Amino acid sequence: MRIIFRSTVLMLMFCGLRILSAQELQPPSNLEVNDVPNDAGVALELKWKLSPDDVEGGQNPVIGYRLERKTDPPDPPPETEGESTSPETEEPQPDEDGFLEIKILVAGTNSHTDENLDPKKNYTYRLTAIGTDDRTSEAVLSIPFSPVVQWINTNKLWFGFLMLVVCGSVVVFIYLAKSGRDLKIRKVAGLEAVEEAVGRATEMGRDVLFIPGIQDINEIQTIAGLIVLNRVAELTAEYDAGLDVPTTRSLVMTTARETVEAAYIKAGRPDLYNPEDIYYLTDEQFGFVAAVSGKMVREKPAACFYMGAFYAESLIFAETANTVGAIQIAGTAMPSQLPFFVAACDYVLIGEEFFAASAYLSGEPQQLGSLKGQDLGKLIGAVLILVGSALFTLSSLFPSSGSYGRLATFLKETLLGS
Amino acid sequence: MLKKTIPILIASFVGFFLILSKFSPGLEEWDSKVSTWFDIVAAFAMVLGATSLLSSHFKKISNKKPGWAYSLITIVAFGGTLIVGLGKIGVPPSFPGYPWSGDYMTEGGAFWWVFNYVYVPLAATMFATLAFYISSAAFRAFRAKNVEASLLLITAVVVLLAQTSSGPMLTEGLPDEYAHFKLENIKGTLINLFNTLGTRAIMIGIALGVVSTSLKVLLGVDRSYLGAD
Repeated sequence: MRIIFRSTVLMLMFCGLRILSAQELQPPSNLEVNDVPNDAGVALELKWKLSPDDVEGGQNPVIGYRLERKTDPPDPPPETEGESTSPETEEPQPDEDGFLEIKILVAGTNSHTDENLDPKKNYTYRLTAIGTDDRTSEAVLSIPFSPVVQWINTNKLWFGFLMLVVCGSVVVFIYLAKSGRDLKIRKVAGLEAVEEAVGRATEMGRDVLFIPGIQDINEIQTIAGLIVLNRVAELTAEYDAGLDVPTTRSLVMTTARETVEAAYIKAGRPDLYNPEDIYYLTDEQFGFVAAVSGKMVREKPAACFYMGAFYAESLIFAETANTVGAIQIAGTAMPSQLPFFVAACDYVLIGEEFFAASAYLSGEPQQLGSLKGQDLGKLIGAVLILVGSALFTLSSLFPSSGSYGRLATFLKETLLGS
Repeated sequence: MLKKTIPILIASFVGFFLILSKFSPGLEEWDSKVSTWFDIVAAFAMVLGATSLLSSHFKKISNKKPGWAYSLITIVAFGGTLIVGLGKIGVPPSFPGYPWSGDYMTEGGAFWWVFNYVYVPLAATMFATLAFYISSAAFRAFRAKNVEASLLLITAVVVLLAQTSSGPMLTEGLPDEYAHFKLENIKGTLINLFNTLGTRAIMIGIALGVVSTSLKVLLGVDRSYLGAD
């Protein structure tokens, strides 16, 4: 009798323990879905309250959360290449309710941003807590939600305002210059030397070599280089000097031909224009370098112009031309290549001087006006640098006064942030 | 009118629209769309480039200009690469029954071989010449002709020494209170402070120059790159 009683007690205890361990996890709650601001309607932000069982060291621990998504209308099945796919590579399919697992999140996570969504679709989310031994909680559902396309990125408003001020000042100075206002522009040695270089080539009876960078026509430096080419071609037409323009992109070649032709017509020497002087070599960087360097060594140009975007080839060009005794003028907005040009060329247009070259060489008042607009931009930049430096210095000197720090952060994060 | 005004109107509309798209998340996909359009136009322009290349080299050969043999090599290399690339010679098919379904750069293919065993070594050789050019340029640039050049020379020597493994050993004996004078720390100051200051100033100037040049192009103030009327 005692044995039966003990056995019954033990069985009851065992069953009790089994029931206790098999009890369901408590689900997470308050699953909220919100639109991600300032995006193109491609993301939703999910937040929820953790399951009460999601506590460190608890008896019934949650080890993670399963997040599932239902898309309405459903996504089309992914396209598969070939005739058959192996079971290992098959895409996961939605369950009978239309939910598809999108993420397993670790315990303690109470938010997730779902990306790569379609603003034309509705999304419903289902969240389940996962415990040990494959136990799961009841699922919690969100309301159906659709991401919203935003048409204005409010994070960029200040940046837009600064850009409008700078652009506006350029436009205002262009119109002021057009109206006849006298604008004083400092002399740039590299640009003063352009005529000297072309004249030297004429005297020596050798060509002028012009390289408009190695980038395509969608690069602003290439456009700036072609504008300078227009002025150089005008001079070669006037002086009857030979012009040689190798290019590394077909579109640059066609645009350069138009530019040079216009310059020769303007100079009154259309008969001297030869489209074959402007030619395409190759898109490949070092293939272009080999071809141009070889030409330099064989034909020994008297003047070399490098105006545009350059990379590692900058020094190879400049040193090769130096060995053949050419006068060299370079202009680029690639800061990493400037030291090489400075070391090897006679004159270098550094950054903004390169962009100012077309206005400077043309001498047209409306173009010179754009340079004054740039100056206002520099003034704004200088003021912002000084104010920022002062605010950060004051915030570190007086850490107890939070206003300096707040202003400095506003300047850095909001005014100058993206 | 047709040759200048309409292209400027198109350029202005597209340019300002793309600037606007940077501030509007709803329009940002247009940036990549327009890039794709540009790639399509550039692909068609490749025909012009190839025509220019071949015609100039054929002329050199027919006129027997000095170095015409190099033109012959260029044309043979151009034709050969084009044939093995377009014909996907040596490329096994990805799907049975579709002989040209393999990728043209598949390992073992003729184009892959030409790229890896002809083009890459040639390009690497050209790139390697840069080391000698750097030496010759540095030799001229670092001659102590005046105060500025002397400063440049001293700075370059310090940075170069600190870059080597043995450089920091020269000053490792300095006590901690003079740690600022250790070679690696001087190099850090030169690069992170003085060099960064100068680079940022140049970058601000470049950014303003880009804005100004872009506006001149978009507003049609400078039309010289568009050719004659």
